[in-house]
Amino acid sequence: MTNLGQTIVDAVYVVAIIVFVLGLKAMSSPATARRGILYAGVAMLIAVVVTFLSPGLSNFLWIVVGVAIGGGAGYYWARVVKMTAMPQMVAIFNGMGGGAAAAIAAVELLTSLRGATAYLSVAGAVIGAISISGSVIAFLKLQGWMPSKAIVLPARQVVNFAVLAFALGFGVYAVGWLHPEFLALFFLFLVVYGVLLTLPIGGADMPVVISLFNALTGIAVGLDGFALVNGPLGDAGYAMVIAGVLVGAAGSLLTILMARAMNRSVGNVFFGAFGATEETGGVTHGSLRPIAASDVAVMMEYAGEVVIAPGYGMAVAQAQQKVKELADLLEAKGVTVKFAIHPVAGRMPGHMNVLLAEAGISYDKLFDRDEINNEFPAVDVVLVIGANDVVNPAARRKGSPLEGMPILDVDKAHNVIVVKRGQGKGFAGIENDLFYADNCRMLYGDAQAAVGQLVAALKQG
Amino acid sequence: MAADLWTALFIAILAAFTGYEVISRVPVLLHTPLMSGSNFIHGIVLVGGIVALGFATTDLERIVGFVAVVMGAMNVTGGYAVTERILAMFDRSKRPAPGAAAPAVSPPGGKP
Repeated sequence: MTNLGQTIVDAVYVVAIIVFVLGLKAMSSPATARRGILYAGVAMLIAVVVTFLSPGLSNFLWIVVGVAIGGGAGYYWARVVKMTAMPQMVAIFNGMGGGAAAAIAAVELLTSLRGATAYLSVAGAVIGAISISGSVIAFLKLQGWMPSKAIVLPARQVVNFAVLAFALGFGVYAVGWLHPEFLALFFLFLVVYGVLLTLPIGGADMPVVISLFNALTGIAVGLDGFALVNGPLGDAGYAMVIAGVLVGAAGSLLTILMARAMNRSVGNVFFGAFGATEETGGVTHGSLRPIAASDVAVMMEYAGEVVIAPGYGMAVAQAQQKVKELADLLEAKGVTVKFAIHPVAGRMPGHMNVLLAEAGISYDKLFDRDEINNEFPAVDVVLVIGANDVVNPAARRKGSPLEGMPILDVDKAHNVIVVKRGQGKGFAGIENDLFYADNCRMLYGDAQAAVGQLVAALKQG
Repeated sequence: MAADLWTALFIAILAAFTGYEVISRVPVLLHTPLMSGSNFIHGIVLVGGIVALGFATTDLERIVGFVAVVMGAMNVTGGYAVTERILAMFDRSKRPAPGAAAPAVSPPGGKP
């Protein structure tokens, strides 16, 4: 029979885990999602407090200061960041988790290099360290502090493999031959590997990358948990195994779903250097035909159905409110308005839904690609706002870099209006066949200004 | 000793199935909050950071453990706050009026 204090700690952990799983369950439905995150938050708080109060702990002041600094910074950042910057925020917070997992593994290895758990710590360190450096690169690319296009170094496959092999070699040598001084090299090479792995990935693929790093961090946390179950506070280890593996499994599946939405394999995203190559001998010809906002307004006013296909360009221009106004005006005139949301519109799966919801557009009006794609031949006007690659019919053409990517079939509608800032290419750096189609007209301008003109023209008419 | 590792392995397998089941029934609408929410959940790493720092004996261990606690805490609070903000927008009953949405979430003095 263990002592009473330990029994109470055990029982509280069990309660926390139950609340945790209930919270996750609630998060899988829109109606209960908010309650879900609250449950999960309460469970987390219980787990942290009970760990802090566990017998045998020291360095209390350090712990309190560390939680205050990290917790305060994280909370402040998360509150002030704009909704469009959410993907890079998730990336950086995820990186922090990976870094924490690597640091915990480092402490475990510094304490003891003996036994099977040392190798578990090595594994946790490998995944955690790659996750933090990769996430930081993803953050820099999405934040625009670094060119978002694929950066391809010469002989990268060989170099990357060599760096990873050296890192693993140092780790195994440090543990197997009890040389803790090699741990520094071990971590250094892992961090370099994470950077090298993420550099050749273009900005358009970042959602998949963030999702995978999220899953990896979960696995790293789970591995750390394995290493801790034999330690002084085994319960903390079990909690980490459960939560970490839960995230690892859910995150892996989400990553595969997202890659599938782009008709790519996860391996292709990471090792294909997509977006670095230009298509040579493009089939596109003809010219882009501009149209005036007033003409578009008339066209939409007399349409039976208007479908709006928004992309990240709309969010960058902060045009969501104007788009909502436009939709309301059209509906007041008896026009049916729907929104066609591509699974990878925006920078994360579901990102576009969040941005439109923020503007107050009801989610009854948002339709998935699969739900709306068959309707396009009957649609009078499609308004493409700041989207490019996800509406590019080149995806249906053999030999295109986009070949096979599921797209919104907007080119099948009677009329397509593309709101676009200039004549540049999409995030993937590929020419868009849609813009040259007979039924397509270009409305040039910043999304907010252009949609503003449409709203003004509709109010007059 | 090894029995604990086997127990942890059983738990891990069950947790993996649970994670798979939970996400396989989630609508695309919730993918972003779910990614953000699972990001928060692996913030449990903070517990490991507290254990690592709490039982650290040398200065080097304390420094690395401190780094783990700072990063873990940032993961937890940031992950929670981001997820909460996203989900608040799906809450029909408390939807803010159009135009009031943006100022309502960023406190004065925040980043423009």
